[in-house]
Amino acid sequence: MPQAVTPREIRRRIRSIRNTAQITRAMEMVAASKMRRAQQQVVSARPYAERIRLMIGDLAAMTSPAEEIRTFPLLAKRPIRRVQVILITSDRGLAGALNTNLIRRAVEFMTHERPEPLENFDIVAVGRKGRDWLVRYGWPMVAEFTRLSDNPTIEAIRPIAEIATTDFINGKVDAVFVIYMHFINTLRQEPRVLQLLPIEPPEEVGEIADYIFEPSPAAVLQALLPRFIEVQLYRALLEAVASEHSARMVAMRNATQNALDLVDELTLTYNKARQAQITREVSEIAAGANALGSVQA
Amino acid sequence: MAKLKVEVITGERVVYEADDVDMVIAPGAEGALGILPRHAPLISLLSMGEMRIRKGNDEQSLAVFGGFIEVANNVVRVLADTAERAEEIDLARAEEARQRAQARLQQRTAEIDRARAEAAFRRSLIRLQVARKRRARQGMGSGASGPIEGQG
Repeated sequence: MPQAVTPREIRRRIRSIRNTAQITRAMEMVAASKMRRAQQQVVSARPYAERIRLMIGDLAAMTSPAEEIRTFPLLAKRPIRRVQVILITSDRGLAGALNTNLIRRAVEFMTHERPEPLENFDIVAVGRKGRDWLVRYGWPMVAEFTRLSDNPTIEAIRPIAEIATTDFINGKVDAVFVIYMHFINTLRQEPRVLQLLPIEPPEEVGEIADYIFEPSPAAVLQALLPRFIEVQLYRALLEAVASEHSARMVAMRNATQNALDLVDELTLTYNKARQAQITREVSEIAAGANALGSVQA
Repeated sequence: MAKLKVEVITGERVVYEADDVDMVIAPGAEGALGILPRHAPLISLLSMGEMRIRKGNDEQSLAVFGGFIEVANNVVRVLADTAERAEEIDLARAEEARQRAQARLQQRTAEIDRARAEAAFRRSLIRLQVARKRRARQGMGSGASGPIEGQG
């Protein structure tokens, strides 16, 4: 134990660590309530998304592959030369390994899983942490969206969907992927890669096969496809928000615990140092008295 | 007599839900759609407009802006791009939006701005129509002509 530390210095450190613990605990609570809201949003977005999925699955099953390419450009599969990656990270830090894991997954995807050379990627950064990282390491970024809200609306993702759709239809890119943090539960989130374009129609259920369509099945499918892209992006963003807040909540809970452990440890050190000081003082007085006594004798 | 179950949902939330509806009138892309119980299975595109939901003598209005309507087995499901219940509409804000859009339409502006202003103008008119209807009905019920106070 370093002797140089005085009890007063230790006391000051204890106080400052207690303050830190108070802040991290407050951040934990804020993150917990934001996480609950985000989870609720995921749930309330579900009915719409499921219905759109089902209708697309059934309608796509009614169209032939030739028609697909001619009349539904969003379904068109073509040889992939250029790829767009939408990387969803958080704006703020203090969320544990969340953004590190996301970026690692993105790098792995672009360098190992896709055969295209790196210069054939266009990255759209959603979230400041991902944007900063891409800029710092010189990755090919074509657009950035930061400061999206903690309770995003569908409106907020429309410009992102717009870029993906336009670039895909114009043939600038041949596929679009979204990389986001999938929310499993409070303790577990996992980076996922989702293919946004071309749209892979979901399994057909055959539920709407004998409906009347106005104006026509093709027109309905045509209108559904852009909605499907929005729904998928929106869902990915909501999951990302829920993941961010739960990661931050857990990180802050650990930080609070660590701070309190440190306070305990320092309190012990403080008591020892105080006792040592008292002992020293007593022995100094005793020694002084002794010295005086021996002079008198 | 059979009743209709009605759901109006958007990408974000469930806007309206009821299961004892007698009739629905929705703004279909090909013209207004009136739907009574035992309607044939149908999927149609929606344009923007007022959606009316009738239960007995009571009628509720919603403003819907594009999307789809699906009818099957006495279930009417509206998947709207945007939808608002009458009581959610801020009359003052809608009126402001109408005036803004109108002012923009009177200026000579680029084609694209014009299209956007026109769309905004139409949206504000629909909101006003839906919100005013509710106010009129409430005024009738209470016999008061002053501003409505927070009921529902």
